[in-house]
Parts: sequence; C-alpha cells; structure tokens
Amino acid sequence: MTERVTLAHGDGGEATHRLIAEIFYPALANPALLQGGDSAVLDPPGAGRLALTTDSFVVHPIFFPGGDLGRLAVCGTVNDLAVAGARPLWLSAGFIIEEGFPLADLRRLVGSMAAAAAEAGVQIVAGDTKVVGRGQADGCFINTAGVGLVPQGRDLGAHRIRTGQAILVSGPVGEHGVAVLSTRAGLAFETPVVSDAAPLIALAQAVLTAAPGAACMRDPTRGGLATALADLAADSGCDLVVEEAEIPVSPQVEGACDLLGLDPLYLACEGRLLLFCPAEEAEAALAAMRAHPLGRGAHIIGRVGGSGGRAFLRTAIGGTRRLERLTGENLPRIC
Amino acid sequence: MDENTLARPVPEDAPAAAAAWVERIRRKVAESGRTVRLMEFCGTHTMAIARSGLRSLLRGAVELVSGPGCPVCVTADGEIDRMLAYCDVPGAIVATYGDLLRVPGSHSSLARRRAEGTDVRVVYSALDALQLARENPDRPVVFLGVGFETTAPAAALAVKTAREEGLGNFYVHSAHKQTPPAMRALLEAGDLKLDGIICPGHVSTVLGAEAFAFLPAEYGVPGAVAGFEPLDILLAVDHLVDAALGRRSPDLWNGYPRWVRPGGNRRAQVLLNEVFRPCDARWRGLGWLPGSGLCLRDEFAPFDAETRFPAAVPEPPARKGCRCGEVLRGLLTPAECPLFGRACRPEQPVGPCMVSSEGACAAWYRYGPGEEVRA
Repeated sequence: MTERVTLAHGDGGEATHRLIAEIFYPALANPALLQGGDSAVLDPPGAGRLALTTDSFVVHPIFFPGGDLGRLAVCGTVNDLAVAGARPLWLSAGFIIEEGFPLADLRRLVGSMAAAAAEAGVQIVAGDTKVVGRGQADGCFINTAGVGLVPQGRDLGAHRIRTGQAILVSGPVGEHGVAVLSTRAGLAFETPVVSDAAPLIALAQAVLTAAPGAACMRDPTRGGLATALADLAADSGCDLVVEEAEIPVSPQVEGACDLLGLDPLYLACEGRLLLFCPAEEAEAALAAMRAHPLGRGAHIIGRVGGSGGRAFLRTAIGGTRRLERLTGENLPRIC
Repeated sequence: MDENTLARPVPEDAPAAAAAWVERIRRKVAESGRTVRLMEFCGTHTMAIARSGLRSLLRGAVELVSGPGCPVCVTADGEIDRMLAYCDVPGAIVATYGDLLRVPGSHSSLARRRAEGTDVRVVYSALDALQLARENPDRPVVFLGVGFETTAPAAALAVKTAREEGLGNFYVHSAHKQTPPAMRALLEAGDLKLDGIICPGHVSTVLGAEAFAFLPAEYGVPGAVAGFEPLDILLAVDHLVDAALGRRSPDLWNGYPRWVRPGGNRRAQVLLNEVFRPCDARWRGLGWLPGSGLCLRDEFAPFDAETRFPAAVPEPPARKGCRCGEVLRGLLTPAECPLFGRACRPEQPVGPCMVSSEGACAAWYRYGPGEEVRA
C-alpha cells in the first residue's frame, strides 16, 4: 500500500518529528539544519552586502521532463540570488502538503532539492512542513527563501543599462515552459522537451569574471525572455533591440510552440541567463558562457538602443515588432 | 489544421528571399505612384503579419487591413452570455478553447466563472471534450464550439462519435461560422475600398480555394489564398499588388497549393454536412448574416446544448466605447479605438479583439503597429 502524508504529519507532534528525521534530515543534512532549533543560527559570511529573496513554487505537474518541483524550488531561488551578483549561501524551505500526498513522491522531491542544492553549493538550513486537508492544496507547494552575499563593489541592475551595451542569452529559450505545458496537456512528443531547470551560480560567476563591466543579469522565468526584456526596457528607460535570428530556440520547442500556438519568447526558462554588458566585453562573456556546460547554446542577441524604454524584436525577415509583457495565461489558440 | 503550420517547407534562406520580395513589391508600388490596400481576412494571418513585422516592411506601399477572421472576436455578446449560462447547469463541466476563457460577456467571463467555482476546462480539441464526457459519465459536459470551417469538422466528428458510443452526457453549443458569407457582407457594405483580399489558408484546405472564386467573379476584387509563413504572405501580397496595379486581371489565386488542393478536403466537407446545417448567425460588427452559421442537424438534436439546457438570456447592453465591430470590418485600426491600450488592455479587455490570440487589437497591442526602430 502506498504510504501517504496524513494530517498528523503536520501537527508538530510525533509524526512530524518522524517525517523530519526520516525524510528531511537524511537528505539535506548540514550542521546548521541539524541544530534543530527554532532558527538556524549562522556566522556572518564576511564583507559585502546581503541579498535576500523568496519564491513559492506551485508547478503543476509536480514531475516533468528534466526536473520536478523540488529542483525548481532550489534553482529558482538560487538563480534570483545569482543574477543579483550574489554568491548564494543558505536557503530555507517551507512545504505545504496536501493530505494524501504519497510519501515516496515527497522523498523524491526532497532528494531533488538536495541534489540541486549540492550543485549550487548552498545549504538548506531551515524548514517547515504544514499539511492541509484534501482539496485545500494541489499535492505539494514549496516556498524557498535564500540569502546570498554580494561582494563589495559589485552593483548589477537595470539602472546600469546603457546605450550601446550588448545583450546575451546563455542558451535556447522556452524549454521549461514547453516541458511543463506539454506534460500538462498530455502531449507526448517524439523527442520530449526537457526543462532547462538548473542552478546558474557557476555560470553567472564565470560571466562576471569574464565581463567585469557587466551591468545587469536576469533569469527570464515566468513571462519568458520577452517579458524580461520589456521589464528591463521600462526600468532602464532605454530601447532594447534584439534579433529574432540570433535568439536560440530548439527545433523541438519551435515545433511544440507551432502546435500549441505559443510564442517561445514568452515561455519560462529556469536555467538561462540574460546578460547586459559593455559591447567590448561581449565576446569574452560569450566565450565564458559557451565554455560552461549550461551556456553552450549562448548567443549575442541584440544591443541597447537609445532612450525610449521599449523592447523591439527585429524579425528574421527584417521587420520590426514590439515585445510587450506577457498578459494573462499562455493559452493555446483556437484554430 | 495544426499539422499545416508544423510542416515548414520553407527554405533555409527564407529571410533573404523575403527581403527580395519586399523590395520587389515596394518597387512596383512606388513606380505606380499610388498605394495598395489589402485585407487579410484571417486572424492567423493577422498574427503572422504582426509577429513577422511585415507591416513595418511594407509601410508606405501596401496597407494591410485586418478582417473579421477571428472566430472568438466575431462571437457576439449575446452568444457569450448564452455560453456563460451553462455555468449554472448543476454539475456541468464546461469545455472551451483557451481563447474564449477571458472574453467578457455583458456581466462575466468563463475565467471569472471558473474562479467562482464552475468547472471550466480548457481543451485543445472537441475530441478532448468528448473524452471528458467519457471520463465523467454522471456529469453533463458542454463543449463551446467556436470556430470556422477549420475547427467545425472536429466538433462534427465529436458529435458523431458521441452518438455512435451512445454517450448521453456530451453536448455541443455550436457557434461555428462560415467565412464566405462574412466576406460577402464586408464587400456588400461597400465602404472598405479594398484592392484585394488575402484569403484564409486553413479554411481553404477544407473548402478548397474555389470557395472564394466569387471575389473576382462577383465583386471584381482579386483574392489570394496564402499560407502562414512570411514568405507565403508576401507572395500573396505580390500577386494582389499586380492585380491592383493592372498588371494582371483580378483572379482568385491559390498561393498555398502545398496544402490547399482542388475541391478541398472532401472528408471534412462530408462530415460538416452530415452533422451541421447552415443557419443564420449573428456576427459582432456584421450583424445577422443569413446562412452564415452552422447548427446541429435535427438528427443530432440530443447533443445540442442549446435545446438540452434552455436559458433565457436578455439582450446584452451595447458596449460603451468599444469599437471592436469597426475593427473587425477593417474600418478602424486598433489604435484608432479610443479605448485601445487605455481602458482596454489584454489583462483588462473590454472587447474580444483584445483577448483572442488571433484578435487584431491583441496583435497590435502585443507586437506594436510596426514602427521603424533605430539601433
């Protein structure tokens, strides 16, 4: 019989204790977590500024090609820290679990979190588990918060975007979005599209070493590359111009998007880096990306134009169109 | 029809070829000393044109006016309200294409009803809705059938299959519409001053290009059936420009022969005729057009959602300020509507043209009017 999470697992008593001792501790063990106190008590990480971020993960389905909710929960928060130029240090993880969720699935999610945390070089030092009644949540939701250290002198953000800078992306876009949407829609492609979910910290650090003048980084998650560009255009006050022909999109993603009526530029990435750097550092940044396993498909996709605050796409045939923020759900078309 | 867009028989050097065709079209038009005004009837063309930036490339030479070929957009308010009434059927699963979800009726939308608790499911095909009915035998499943001759055959197949399987809980609300009557209505109105019409490629795969032969024959307006790659559209534009400039006589040209065969898709036509009959239908912007709708034939009445779940739906109030109807008729560009981008935005739509992924307003909002950019 399948072992399942029950309301007792969330009551703070014996069952909760067993859940922590049997599932969370063995997978995530580190000294700070094993203190077992109400707070993880941590030594100050050294000189620099602290970066703090939080994100909740509710992906449906929980398991998809190339990843799962657990991997996503670690990568998403680590990447938010990494693109701020921070070295991620510690994460917390809060679980909201629906009564009846299979324990084997929970074990699998926690295992994925442990693996992703090890890849990213972060420790999960604090956690919480709540169980809600059947129908009050959809399987399992995870919130993670993360703390990272931004070295002294490093300042990345839209406010540093300037006319003439180059725009790079570290690999093909839209893979996470298609992996999830096609699983949800029950579409089996001959070559399944695999999520790109991955911690970007090593790639980000390599890029910052190669392009010390880097101005801004983003990980284009929800809303995809187009929404990230529209946001950064508005925040920087500069026009951004990218070339459709230079934006990497895998043939599988393109095929799936044709079928589902979606635009790959609006589909989420969970392991891609968008970089703005001085034009003279673009080739070095590109080489650094391509030297890293997660950045093999990197491209220089455009440049920062004059003032205006709009994002433009120059299409493959030389036409021009705007890139606006994603609005509403990314829905399939009708005919 | 989706396999059509999946097949990409366009050569690798398509961008260079497209640039050459743009150049050729611009040169011809410039020599003539006038400009050419064409309508792309189909919403998928509208989207392809906006996405590829064709409007910016042809600016000043060829004006591309968007037509009413967006099935969600032309669905009238009263019909949306009628569909929303199925949300009140106890236990019902309302199955719809995603495009319809956020279209506002006069008092609510499917998305809002879903948030309020109605079981609204987004499906990719009528056959997915049929599957829902099989999986939920104790609940009525109402499929909201919106679309042209392209999507209607799948709905017909679903209804036929439901009858063969003896399913007693599958119902279709047919708001399907036929494109040729709408094209006639546009031209009858006489206020468009078009030099030619880019005819829908997907509809033509079903009906055959012949379905649009009346354009040159009865109205003297040239037509070109086009595929959906930028190059396909440019070839159609080039053909229509030649006719507009008197370089050839107006004709109906099939520029999409790799999918549009003479006579169209007979099997789909047989299926359509077997399950549906023409009926009068109300189009947003065009009003009641005789014989332009597709209703279930009497022998399929048990599957007709409208008769199974009757509801009195009051005449909806006129939409204040929304110029969707004129946009659909090509009389206004989306940006000329006073609500565009202000009160009416994709996340807060006033009219369906802003919601549908094939709507002209959505295309303009999302991709811009095709301006030039320096960088």
